[in-house]
Amino acid sequence: MTAGNILLEAAAAAGYYALMTRTSGPQIRGGEAAAMLRISTYATDGQDDRFQVLAAIDWQNVQRFASELPLGAESLIVGDPAQGEPPEVFTKSGARYLPLALKALAAQVPGGWPNMVALGALAGLVGLPHEAVEAALRKWMKKGLDGAIAAARLGRSQIQPDTGFRLQGPATGEKRWLITGNEAAGYGALRGGVRFVAAYPITPATELLEWLSPALAKVGGTLVQAEDELASINMALGASFGGVPALTATSGPGLSLMIEALGLGVAAEVPLVVVDVMRTGPSTGIATKSEQADLDIALHGLHGDAPHIVVAPNSIADCVAATEWAVGLAESLQVPAIVLSDQYFGQARAVVDVPPMNQSKKSRQIAGPDGKAYRRYAITPSGVSPMAIPGTAGTEYTADGLEHNERGLPSSQAGDHLAQMEKRARKVAQLDPGDAWASVEGEGETAVLTFGSCTGPAREALAREGCRAKLISMRLLAPAQPERLKRALQGVRRVIVVEQNHSGQFLRYLRSQYELPAEVRSLRRPGPLPFRPEEIHREVVKP
Amino acid sequence: MNAPLAIPLQAKDFKSDYKPVWCPGCGDYSVLAAITKALAMLELKPHEVAVVSGIGCSSRIPAYTSCYGFHGVHGRSLPAATGLKVARPELTVLVASGDGDGYSIGGNHFLHACRRNVDLAYIVMDNHVYGMTKGQPSPTTEPDWSSKLAPGGTGLREFHPLVIALASGANFVARAFSGDPNGCAAIIAEAVRHPGFSFVEILSPCVTFRPEQRAWKDAVHPAPVAPTDDPARAARRIMTDDGFNIGVLYKGARPPYSGGPKAPTATIEDLECAFRL
Repeated sequence: MTAGNILLEAAAAAGYYALMTRTSGPQIRGGEAAAMLRISTYATDGQDDRFQVLAAIDWQNVQRFASELPLGAESLIVGDPAQGEPPEVFTKSGARYLPLALKALAAQVPGGWPNMVALGALAGLVGLPHEAVEAALRKWMKKGLDGAIAAARLGRSQIQPDTGFRLQGPATGEKRWLITGNEAAGYGALRGGVRFVAAYPITPATELLEWLSPALAKVGGTLVQAEDELASINMALGASFGGVPALTATSGPGLSLMIEALGLGVAAEVPLVVVDVMRTGPSTGIATKSEQADLDIALHGLHGDAPHIVVAPNSIADCVAATEWAVGLAESLQVPAIVLSDQYFGQARAVVDVPPMNQSKKSRQIAGPDGKAYRRYAITPSGVSPMAIPGTAGTEYTADGLEHNERGLPSSQAGDHLAQMEKRARKVAQLDPGDAWASVEGEGETAVLTFGSCTGPAREALAREGCRAKLISMRLLAPAQPERLKRALQGVRRVIVVEQNHSGQFLRYLRSQYELPAEVRSLRRPGPLPFRPEEIHREVVKP
Repeated sequence: MNAPLAIPLQAKDFKSDYKPVWCPGCGDYSVLAAITKALAMLELKPHEVAVVSGIGCSSRIPAYTSCYGFHGVHGRSLPAATGLKVARPELTVLVASGDGDGYSIGGNHFLHACRRNVDLAYIVMDNHVYGMTKGQPSPTTEPDWSSKLAPGGTGLREFHPLVIALASGANFVARAFSGDPNGCAAIIAEAVRHPGFSFVEILSPCVTFRPEQRAWKDAVHPAPVAPTDDPARAARRIMTDDGFNIGVLYKGARPPYSGGPKAPTATIEDLECAFRL
């Protein structure tokens, strides 16, 4: 993993785009793991169909994730013959084998390690200059730098000058970041104004919380580690009631625990953002791997009629904008918003173009005393009623999960229930997302309809030859935007719905809320395997 | 022009005009009176105070005050209050709960709120029964108390909230009785003043489902000795008293939670540096 990160940094330093995802066995620390890198001259949000080079330090337990490492006849396997021959699961692809005595070579260098020899060899294979590798090593290696540099040089010296894997010169110009989706979501939250976070550790959302902890302190905010997810979301609600924009982040099991309090946020009209970094479910599932299977619970998990917001970033960089947007929506509409990220985005580290930033800040309407009795839940045309902040004299009220009247006093009267239900529904329904509701790209009679981390591979598939089709990647999942989709689908005869879950949750949702053309196909599978562009391409070109 | 003379607020100024749902004779009326009296004694103003609660008879209190209130979900009053107090340290935050809300569904938060020692006053109205759902045993119900849900009794040993609070790190532990609103008010005021997490268990009879608790007024007696700052001594006293020992039983000197907001040292844009290539 260290070598992978250094290679990623080196590629970034050399001016390339690069993306690294990772996979590992169930161990807490150490054991088998793979860093999966894509280095390119153009920006990308997903892995390619196959890996061109597989470099193995050893082959221990590699079967556990061999299915995540597709190779082809043009691929190259680099391995240490002292660790045995490459397993059949890889050689059957027809990939060439380049034996490289990583361990023996490393032993020639004082302080050398096999992974650093492999790093140098890989950098040489793809033509990354040694200076970039050395710069990355200096950034990453706290000790043993000399040995690492020497080992990387030795690895590079083992590679023939032209192997057919050399990258073209890098594209330069754009301002870029090297960032993970989790960091991006955290940064978006702070940009949106979040200054209170309550956190309970859970894979794969933990890094988001760990990034936020020192970052919040720097900007005058606070993070509290809670005793469980029930506490984290209720702490966030308490802080938001106090006037401080608040967020918590979790994954499926934690979201399940938070559902009751999300309903409280809806009923008491307390703004709140929950980032769900989805992993495979149900139950504990596969904690370290991605799936888009929390869509149902995010949309429909709350009891009662509980209008709320669900936003899905559709690229690593978009985790910034989508989360910032969600904070603005939650604050301005006084409602909980769920951000559906996933493990793929969250834990992928990539070179991205600096994303466009939201320019218009949306914030909470604050009530000031006007001499009249304060009506916290006043019925207004927009459904939004100004919210008082504790500490303000003259606007005292009780925020309540009990149904209430306009003043906020508990009420079991039918009229109050209906009026408040309609108020809460109205403010969410009236949300005007503009163009932000979806990324709509390209033209064609076929449209690929998707969301989240399936967007990258879909976009790449549609850019390939013979693939005239439209891409519609939805960013605003709730409230539904049937009119906007209808316009986007004008002239579209066939829709292919792409999603990473077993039962087709997105398609079911689309069918319940939207008008779709007569021909609808579903391309879906559960995690953890991400879609590869060629799978989507195949489906689109199929008659 | 002269500034208007500040007239000290009275207990009634902390009461709302909203009529409680409690049964006639419920101990919680007196607790409400004690809270409002305490707030007047502390010379606070309603807008400076937030009363946070969960679900149950006791948890109806916020809307009966003229302060800011947060009536959340069952068992989660302490997390909500923690978030509020950490985010807005200048507010005075009171938490109202009952034996079901606080010790059963919210039990885990009780432990961690004591540990965390955020400056909150946690007031639990204990009547050894679930009243709102009409008479089921709670964690503090006697093992042989018979009910529809547990005929013949639960057979379970009672939860001992004061010892748990002490063992978990609460900085102030007291027992009060709702039948003595003045004494109750004094203890609540002291709990609010004391830094860190202050726990006040109030024996508050349920005249509807536990009418025998009317006899508590004859059983209670003032704690015979002054509060100690030694947790071991306090534990021994609490473990061995008769459960009707009224007063402040422990006052610790543990520093309160210090994780609140600090002055910013960077702008949002500064944070971008970590990502920039």
